[in-house]
Amino acid sequence: MNESLTASRQPPTTKKIWALLEEVLDPEVPVLSILDLGIVRDVRVDGARITVTITPTYSGCPAMSAIGTDIRLRLLAEGYPDVVIKNQLSPAWTTDWLSEAGRRKLVEYGIAAPVPGTATGHALKLFGQDTAVRCPLCQSENTRLINQFGSTACKALYQCQDCREPFDYFKCH
Amino acid sequence: MASSHSHPLFDYLLQAADTSLVLGHRLSEWCGHGPVLEQDLALANIALDLLGEARSYYQYAAELEGLGRTEDDLAYLRSAVEYRNPLLVEQPNGDFAHTVVRQFLFDNYHYHLLKALQASPDATLAAIAEKAVKEAAYHLKWSSEWLIRLGDGTDESRRRLDKAIATLWRYQDELLAPTPAEAALQALGVLPAYHDLQPTMQAHAAHVLAEATVPAPTGPGYQGAGGKLGRHSEHLGYLLAELQYLQRTYPGLQW
Ligand SMILES: [Zn+2]
Repeated sequence: MNESLTASRQPPTTKKIWALLEEVLDPEVPVLSILDLGIVRDVRVDGARITVTITPTYSGCPAMSAIGTDIRLRLLAEGYPDVVIKNQLSPAWTTDWLSEAGRRKLVEYGIAAPVPGTATGHALKLFGQDTAVRCPLCQSENTRLINQFGSTACKALYQCQDCREPFDYFKCH
Repeated sequence: MASSHSHPLFDYLLQAADTSLVLGHRLSEWCGHGPVLEQDLALANIALDLLGEARSYYQYAAELEGLGRTEDDLAYLRSAVEYRNPLLVEQPNGDFAHTVVRQFLFDNYHYHLLKALQASPDATLAAIAEKAVKEAAYHLKWSSEWLIRLGDGTDESRRRLDKAIATLWRYQDELLAPTPAEAALQALGVLPAYHDLQPTMQAHAAHVLAEATVPAPTGPGYQGAGGKLGRHSEHLGYLLAELQYLQRTYPGLQW
């Protein structure tokens, strides 16, 4: 397509593409790669064409189109201009797909990681907290939900009752 | 796929998309005006979820139509009489109690509908529902809890809640009254039978009203309906004038 770009001569291996995707970060939580997030469902190499299938975290998440662009740019920089980004809705993304490394990076960044296995909303269980959420600063489990809806679609706002710090919780989905 | 404007699935997708878009737009009007910062954020989050869901329906509708129209064309270039949302979601925000009651009536319907839609034989519709139902669960929890707080709160919050219920409860029947397109899709099993949703919706509403110490609204009285067939209240025109302003004034404008 673009004459100024020199495509790599050799088609890449899927392993190489996965390694490059590890370098694409979530624009909203920039310590997580998109592999940590668990949104890359498939990578296919067909001659020069690379097809990356991703699944959205939240329906209205504005980060999704940014992530698509970032994947293209990363692969383009490596000499792969022929990139197709496919969006796949089902199976729906869940926070259970966050990698172990991702969970660790979240806590180091100051965001409490989702408690595994609690990934469905309890719409009919009112005024209840999902589960004990651990303060990322002092590790206390004596914490309180302030707001189910936080600064981005993926977060809820909590406060630690011991160290008194408010913190974000990457909420279960 | 060759399909015409009168394809029932196309009609239904527009209805579902318009419904989420219009309510999402209404909620976005609260941005910067919420009663407290946390609830301002909650309203904007719910608005964003609904906008995302609307996009999924519009994209599917555009693909199904196959005439080259995009999701943006469907959202920005159709007039009020072409919009297919029920009247409930276009009602103005009013005060916080008004917004909570409108949201509760919608969420109670939306959550239970999406739960059932996950089993639709239409794979795309089922996938959209599978995604959106997780978000709708959080919405229903939010609006249920606020309805209870306002009802079982102060005299002032109760007075406002009672007024909102008296104004808005009449709009809920339209949600479960099938249009010809919905009936056609129900006959094919693509949409669930709405009377199957009714018992769980009613049970949840009864539970929430009881917790709120609010007596169940009585009597059918005047029922607001017609929005799903394009007969809207005056409010929608004003809403679309703002929502569509940019594309109407500068057609084809891109950011
Ligand atoms: Zn703490």
